Order: sequence, then C-alpha cells, then structure tokens
Amino acid sequence: MTQVLPAQENREVVLKIRGLKKVFNPGKKGEVRAIDNISFDIYKGETLGLVGESGSGKSTTGRSIIKLESITSGEVTYKGQDISKLNNKQEVLKFRKSMQMIFQDPFASLNPRIPVKTIIGDALRLHKICSTDAEVTQRVNELLDIVGINRSYANRYPTEFSGGQCQRIGIARALCVQPDFIIADECLSALDVSIQAQIVNLLIKLRKERAITYLFIAHDLSMVKYISDRIAVMKDGKILELADADELYNRPLHPYTISLLSASPLTDLHKEKQRKRIDYDTSTHKYPEGTVAGMYEILPGHWVYCSAAEVLKYQQQALSASDMGN
Amino acid sequence: MKETILSVKDLTISFQTLDGKVCAVQGVTFDLKKGETLAIVGESGSGKSVSVKAINRVLPQGNTLYEKGEILYNGCNLLELPEKEMQKIRGKKIAMIFQDPMTSLNPTMTVGKQIAESIVKHQKLSETEAMKEAVNLIDLVGIRNPEESSKNYPHQFSGGMRQRVMIALSLACKPEILIADEPTTALDVTIQAQILDLIDELKEKLNMSVIFITHDLGVVAHVADRVAVMYAGRIIEVGTAEEVFYYPQHPYTWGLICSMPSLDTEDENLYSIPGAPPNLLNMPKGDAFAQRNAYALQIDFEEKPPFFKVSDSHYAATWLLHPDAPKVIPPEEILRRYKTFKSFNKKEKEVDVYDASIACAGE
Repeated sequence: MTQVLPAQENREVVLKIRGLKKVFNPGKKGEVRAIDNISFDIYKGETLGLVGESGSGKSTTGRSIIKLESITSGEVTYKGQDISKLNNKQEVLKFRKSMQMIFQDPFASLNPRIPVKTIIGDALRLHKICSTDAEVTQRVNELLDIVGINRSYANRYPTEFSGGQCQRIGIARALCVQPDFIIADECLSALDVSIQAQIVNLLIKLRKERAITYLFIAHDLSMVKYISDRIAVMKDGKILELADADELYNRPLHPYTISLLSASPLTDLHKEKQRKRIDYDTSTHKYPEGTVAGMYEILPGHWVYCSAAEVLKYQQQALSASDMGN
Repeated sequence: MKETILSVKDLTISFQTLDGKVCAVQGVTFDLKKGETLAIVGESGSGKSVSVKAINRVLPQGNTLYEKGEILYNGCNLLELPEKEMQKIRGKKIAMIFQDPMTSLNPTMTVGKQIAESIVKHQKLSETEAMKEAVNLIDLVGIRNPEESSKNYPHQFSGGMRQRVMIALSLACKPEILIADEPTTALDVTIQAQILDLIDELKEKLNMSVIFITHDLGVVAHVADRVAVMYAGRIIEVGTAEEVFYYPQHPYTWGLICSMPSLDTEDENLYSIPGAPPNLLNMPKGDAFAQRNAYALQIDFEEKPPFFKVSDSHYAATWLLHPDAPKVIPPEEILRRYKTFKSFNKKEKEVDVYDASIACAGE
C-alpha cells in the first residue's frame, strides 16, 4: 500500500520518499529486505532524526537517498526531481553538489595517503568550484576555519589527527560544495563524549548560518532528541513511528518506541535507578498476510505504522496519554 | 564497612613505542570492595582499559613497563606473581569481558566447547561434565535453547547474543571479580539494557565484585555503586555514584556531565569541553586538563593537583578545592545537581537526628 502523506501547510518539501524498497540479493537464498516500503517527507531547513537499532535499515535509507545504493523500487524525489532517473555522471555530480553525506567512521572515510588539503581540494576540483591552485588553497583554508581546524594543518595526513578532528575534516569536505542537504550517518558514534558535543554544536551552527537540511541518522536517542525537529523510528526496514521530537518523547505510541525509550540510559542517577525497561514483542509490527498495514496519522503530524483496525486503539492511547499529561 | 577484595596502589604503567615512552597510567589508586560495582569512566586514551588489564596481566609483554605500584589481591601482589601462579587466578578468580565480542571469541570453535575448555582447565572436570556445565551457563545468561546453541559457532549469534556468550565464558569458574571492559559499547540500546540487567542480576546471584569500564554516563548511573573518573592516565575524581553525579567537584566531571544531553535538555547550545585530550607522549606540565579547563587557575599550569578530600568516600584532584582557591561558579546544570544533592542529604541528616534522639531516649 502506498500511503499519501499530506504536506504540512506553508512548508516546502525538499525530499519526498514514497514506497522506498531496497532488497539485497533479491530472489536468492540470502535475501534481505533492508528497507521495506517506507514513505516520508523532509521539509526545508528541518532536521529529521532517524533512529533504530543496527540492522534496522536506517543507514541503507541514507545511502539510497544519496544514490550510494541503487533502490529496488519506490520513488525518491529531491527538489522535484526523481533521483532514480539521474543516470549519467554529470547529473549525479550536480545532484551531489546539493546533497552531501558525513560518514560514521571518521578514519575509514578519509584517504590516509593524501593530505587534508588534497582531500578537500579534490572535491572542489571535481565539482569545478575552483579551477586554479590559489583558489583551491584559499577555499580549503576557509573551510578549515569553519570547522575549527588550524589552517597550518592543511598539509597533514588524516592519521595525524584525532577522531574528532577527522570528523571535522569529513564535515569540511561535505561543506565544500555548499550543500543544502546533509545526511549525517552516525557521525557521532565513533567519537568521545566531550568531542560529540563539539560536533553537535558545529552541526547546529551550520544549520543556523546556512539553512542546511539534515537527515540525522543515529542510535543515541538523547542526542537525536537534542538535534532533531522530527524523529522517525525504524525497525526491520519499516518506519514504525514518525512525529515531532518532543511529541515522540512525551507521547510515544508504538510499543517499539516505548520500549526503545525505556531502554535508553539516563544521566540522572535517581531517575536511572528507577527506570523500568519495557520489552518489545517483534510480532507487533508483523501482520498476517491480507491485513492492510501502513502509516496512519493518529494525531496531526504523529504517524504510527499499524493496521486500519488498530487506529482507534492508538487514538485512544494518545488521548489518555495527553489526559495524564494534564 | 565492607571488606576490600582488591586494592590497586599507585599503579604506573608505560609503553615503549617507536616514538618514545608513553606513560598510559600514572599513579592510579583504587579499592574494590566485596559485592560492589566500581565504574571507571573516561574518554578513549585515558588509561582505563590499561589499568584493569594490568590487574589480569593481559597487557602485551614485550613493551609494557610496570614502573611503580602494586595490585593487592588476597594479600599478594599480582604484579610480582610468577606467570604459572597468575594462570590460576586469571579467568578463575578474576575474569574479564572484553569490548568486542566478535574478536574475543574463537571463530573456529563452538561456543559450548570454548566455555567447557575453561571449566576443564580450572575446575578439573571431565569433558562431558564440563559440557553440561557450559550448557547451564548458556542457559543462565538467557540464551534460548541452550543445548542447541552450545553447538553453534560465534558467527551464528548476533552481537548481543555473542556478548552473552562472553559473559557465560567469564562466569565459567564463578570468579570473585568480574572486569567488564566496555561490554555494551558495540551494542544497541535495547540489547545494552538487557546485558546491563544481566550483569547486575548475576552479580547479586554469585556475589561478585564488578569493575565496569565505560564512557557512557548513563550506563554508569545504571550499574555503579562507586565511580572513578579518569583523565590522561590519572584518576581525577572518585566517590559514590551519588556524589559523583550530584556533587561533582572536578571541572572535567562537570564537562562530562553537561556534554551529554538528557532527554529533556532544551538549551540552545550543548556544553562542550573545548580542545582534545593531551598527547600522552608529551604531557603538559601541571594538570593535564588545564588547557581545556575554563576554570583553570595559574597553579594548574605549574603543578599537578593532589587529591582533596570532599567526604570520607569522595576525593577530587583539582586545585579548586584548595582552601586558598577562588570560589568559582560551576555550570548551571551542575548547580541544579548540587541542589538535588543537598535536598537528598538533608533528608538523610534528618533521619540521623531522629535516630540519635531515639538512642538518647533509650539511654
């Protein structure tokens, strides 16, 4: 079933995803349905958090959007253009000039054999942003300033930097084409706590200054909550719940979201000692054949994956949750 | 007062590397009491793993220098024990769970065999008995179909299940001390929660003492009775979980607490510690944290701070606690926590007073 999500009023949709599917090894023994029919919109200037456990398909979703993976079926429309129709190199380059990605492992995503100025400079040359060496050097220096790396380090190699610094270089490389849209795929998980906060502040600063739209993929719920406007919860290739960040945390509806929130450790000792973990039964989101299940809007802007028969149940649950809130 | 089971005194360890001598652990001192969980928190490179690996003497032999200090277990210094004697303690009395469950299991042996191997070695049981015991352990850590699962290879398990196998393996000889080195870092939150609960439950059941290493304060809050915070090879603050969470004294601890947003953090900007941890090859003079410390005093750049006593169980190495130090105002989040600490302690004091009055009446 393809669901139609109505656009929120007065907000421009940058990225529209409808019925996206990605199957690895289709028809073979090791068939994996990494993404199983998901649909969502990302509005201009917002940060959409995508959370889920490993294997839930959240990274594959990010990689499919930026065309690092081919999609099996479905539609990904970026600024009105169907990205699956971009075939030749020129078109893909043009598309990537607008959309960039920051990767999980800051060390593995930088070539260890070339210095930082070449890592960033090559991207500038590839996209034909700068032509002369002097221009490239100047632009690289500007980018290093933005991400807070000393200009004099431009001749160094990635191995000479710490994880946090490498991640900043990865961000500088993503920023060099002045993208409007950045996919941050677990860009914090390899970093130390004190460095994570620095990178988050950098991402927020860039969002403010350049109106960048983010798809922020992570498994750390408190960080996602902090940075995101809206959050989608993924499990087994499906989006199970999608709502405003505050709404999702204050009034989670799907049992999986509730379980995920209950499992997240809290930094407050007393609250943490009292925290009760709620287990999730994976059969909840597996419906027998013939049942029509999909995303239903339980409250305005709050979507839950369920069958038509369950909508009423979730609506009542939402109402009683808000009663309790009052 | 609980009995001390392990005590580490002034432990100093360095590594010989191509670039020179790296001092990874400098004068680390802590005690582990019977039945308690001690959490050691710190960033990567702070020396937390090295300190605990030294307890079991599993550091690379070629280039590790134990420069100073002792590790006392049952009255004997583990650092001076001959390797033969150490083998009787390692795994049997002091067991360890490592961070990465994939690389710490043998991929060519069934998990049942791996667990049984350790039982045969330490408890001198026959192989069939050991295998039976292994199945029991697999059951204990909550893996379904223990009989079947024991015949599987590590790659047939998911990350969380593999970590359970690791735990079963470490529990094989009913150790007195369990060292868990970031056991949940590679796992998802839901699985992490299960593993934490499992370790807690087994600790109660088997009356173990646990040293828990992590960089996640949320995990610390979940498991710890006492907390030690490490930075650049030194312990900079140690206290009960309550004291470290609600009455932290060291600016680095403040930074750690503030830089992790809770689910209801709304502030515009996340508090972050500027800069990066120092290079252990050329450690700065004075306090290693001084360069990143917004509250640093002049003396921080000149002399290492000693430990100042905050309470009987709470010590912190910061010059701010020196009687002559200027008063500083910690970040707002920390002040909020101080308030909680005070209100909590007031209640306790009231109880004390109440008890005292009963005692007086009794006399």
